[in-house]
Amino acid sequence: MATFKVNGVEQNLDIEPEMPLLWALRDELGMTGTKFGCGIASCGACTVHVNGNAVRSCVTPVSAVEGAQITTIEGLASVAAGANPSAPDLSAVQQAWIDHQVPQCGYCQSGMIMAVSSLLASNPNPSDADIDSSITNVCRCGSYPRVRKAIRSLAIA
Amino acid sequence: MRINRRRFLLSSAVVGGGVLIGYSALKPSNHRRANAELATGGEHYVTSFIKIEPNNAITVYVPHSEMGQGVHTSLPMMAADELDAAWEDIIVEQAPAIDLFANGDLVKGFAGEFGLPGFLTGIVNASAVSIAELMNLQTTGGSSSVRFTGETAMRTAGAAARQMLIECAANRWSVARDDCSTELGHVQHNASGRSLSYGELAADAALLEPPENVTLKDPSQFTIMGKAISRVDIPAKVDGTANYGIDAHSEDMLYAAIRLAPVFGTKLVSVDAGDVLSRRGVKRIIELEDSVAVVADSYWRAKEALKGVKSQFESSDADTTSSADLFAGFERSLAEDKNSKVLEIGDAEDAMDSASDVIEGNYTVPYLAHAAMEPMNCTVHLHDGIVEVWTSTQDALGIKGRVAKIAGVAEDDAIFHHSYLGGGFGRRLPFNWNVIDHATLIAKEFDVPVKTVMSREDDMQQDYYRPAVASNFKAAFDANGEVQAWHNRFTGPIQTPGASHIPYAIPNKSIRVVDGDTHVPIAAWRSVDHSQQTFFTESFVDEVAHRSGKNPYQFRMEMLADHPRHRKVLEVAAEAAGYGENLPEGHALGIAVQESFGSIVAEVAEVSLDTNNRPVIHKVTCAIDCGWAVNPDTVEAQVESGIIYGLTAALYGEITIENGRVAQNNFPDYEMVRMADAPEIDVHIVESGEKLGGLGEPSTPPIAAAVSNGLYILTGQRVRELPLKNHDFSRSTPIAQV
Repeated sequence: MATFKVNGVEQNLDIEPEMPLLWALRDELGMTGTKFGCGIASCGACTVHVNGNAVRSCVTPVSAVEGAQITTIEGLASVAAGANPSAPDLSAVQQAWIDHQVPQCGYCQSGMIMAVSSLLASNPNPSDADIDSSITNVCRCGSYPRVRKAIRSLAIA
Repeated sequence: MRINRRRFLLSSAVVGGGVLIGYSALKPSNHRRANAELATGGEHYVTSFIKIEPNNAITVYVPHSEMGQGVHTSLPMMAADELDAAWEDIIVEQAPAIDLFANGDLVKGFAGEFGLPGFLTGIVNASAVSIAELMNLQTTGGSSSVRFTGETAMRTAGAAARQMLIECAANRWSVARDDCSTELGHVQHNASGRSLSYGELAADAALLEPPENVTLKDPSQFTIMGKAISRVDIPAKVDGTANYGIDAHSEDMLYAAIRLAPVFGTKLVSVDAGDVLSRRGVKRIIELEDSVAVVADSYWRAKEALKGVKSQFESSDADTTSSADLFAGFERSLAEDKNSKVLEIGDAEDAMDSASDVIEGNYTVPYLAHAAMEPMNCTVHLHDGIVEVWTSTQDALGIKGRVAKIAGVAEDDAIFHHSYLGGGFGRRLPFNWNVIDHATLIAKEFDVPVKTVMSREDDMQQDYYRPAVASNFKAAFDANGEVQAWHNRFTGPIQTPGASHIPYAIPNKSIRVVDGDTHVPIAAWRSVDHSQQTFFTESFVDEVAHRSGKNPYQFRMEMLADHPRHRKVLEVAAEAAGYGENLPEGHALGIAVQESFGSIVAEVAEVSLDTNNRPVIHKVTCAIDCGWAVNPDTVEAQVESGIIYGLTAALYGEITIENGRVAQNNFPDYEMVRMADAPEIDVHIVESGEKLGGLGEPSTPPIAAAVSNGLYILTGQRVRELPLKNHDFSRSTPIAQV
């Protein structure tokens, strides 16, 4: 039995310990916001937070997240809002993504937003070099210039 | 602008007192037939792009796929503006995959008007379908949605609806139509100040015949077009709710992992499933003509189980073929002038003989995969005599028909479920069938939905590729150093006629294509032939400029005297990029220009080498003349996107063939531009006011040549083969710039 919390809700799944978290989320729980892109932790489309840290879920077996708090794109805003009932429906990163019209096809953007949220949580004012080294997600639509602009707009000067 | 296409305008009532008004290329007789078949519960569909309801809610149906190019916003903007609706009142809906919304017929209409769009010519050539067979497509490709469907269908429907609503209001008030005006979803009588919402007039409008003549707005009257409106699809793409084909989900769903014949065109011989059937969740092993699949209750279980299945495929002549063999074949074909076809003929051969100086350049580009972020997938459910299909596609109607045929049910008993596309780039155009056919054949074995997913490795190794091409050039100069002749032979097949042509005023041009067929399946890849041909022609034009002793920008300007739109974008891009001004030490600018899909694009790339002598692209300055901009922010986004897509190909893109099969597996050996490589991009929209041009593709073609031309200035090395990652720039000598 695999046991972990997803967006604050405890899940007990009768699945193999080696099943990657990505497929537990998508196929077992039907939570499809987290995307399959490469299956080998190369593209970042599957990025989720495990205890607050960005993790590529396609190579993370559920045995490695036993008892952990998982946040997916579906729960990002509610986790950011915490107990504040008047918090907006979107996290600051998600809102910046709308303000800067970042997504095109959008398929990579769940992972991109999760990666950027994690970066900004640990480094609120990242340099261009910090962005280049931490955000290695693939976007085939080439949203990179807008991702950079959106991150800059969120950076605390 | 006035148009008279009454037979294409239709309207009718909807339940609850609303009206549907639309434009169709379908003849009214066909339309009535479709209506009779589709009418349910008293609601009559009409070839409908716009529905107005009594509460003034206005729905615009979009018959194109949204793959990030913004058509679910730009097309409704065009309808809403002509209608004089309030943008806030607009509801956007994907048009269902029914023949009422076929746009293939529209394409056929345009074929007479503008010539068949290039991407469809490719389909016709590649598959031997006739133009008539394109009737049942609902295609998104060829950078065509806004300039074709938008300009004609959306704007016309909006304008017709507005005229009908004015007529209703004028009748109700017993005033002249000319004394009424429209604004924000209301008709007003100017003298009395009376006002009625469109919703209040909709029931009356449903009783009117659509107008014989429709007057479209002058650009000075636009209230929505030309504004940077936020895209309607973006909110769902930031909170995880956007639905892609791969997200189809149900509790009883099964999943298939598939192994297709690794050497293209070969068949399955035998399968040894070992203990796989006894593994948890595994339901069936399915053998198809060219593949074997495992079906399980989760994709991961299916994929893991497939690793335990041994399979043998028949041997083939291609089993020992490598990329080197294929390129050697191209060279032979060029040398033999094999099945040569003349594309443009001048006295280039005579000019070569009498020339003072001749230069040559032999260029190649490799095969490329599309690598859309959403791996190819298709979910099919056969039940109760019908078939349902969920997949991300650039042609919903075509897919629906295909699946119905393979499933053995009537097309009317097929239901297509739309979704967003996780990237298209040509991979999801019709005739890229391999996942669709297999998913349907597998699902026929079950009565629950079966989702077939290609792994990234499958997706990369079983694509329909951008063709590898070899292209040989010669240019002849007279005693004064002026270029007199342009001689070009390249390998086909051609998917986009005209892509190899150049606009420059060189007196003699001879351009021929020779046979370049191989066993590797090919298809349209963002900008189709323009992506290879523009690398070739704009690089060799650069060689000609340098040999002429002229600055590459000035040379182009001089040779484009008859092409003012080309000159303008070159001028705007060069000036904005600081062409001719001092650059940081070790930086250089390369320039290229190309017209494709009705838009003209100039790009200036600022390049340098890093400490490991690898190319760095700092900035790309781009000027695009797309006629005018419906949504300027979408124009910029598409230009940025096309440049990065082309830059990935220029820097890294290379699919190689070893032992008849694709050697690359996944992103580590088919590398992508990521944040660290992505340049700053500065986009300038040149509004010439000419006919609308396409946007999804035209910024891709010039980038490879712009970068290579800059690298030549920086290193003295002329790049004639892509990708750039294979070049060693360690021993470089900057050229003396003119």
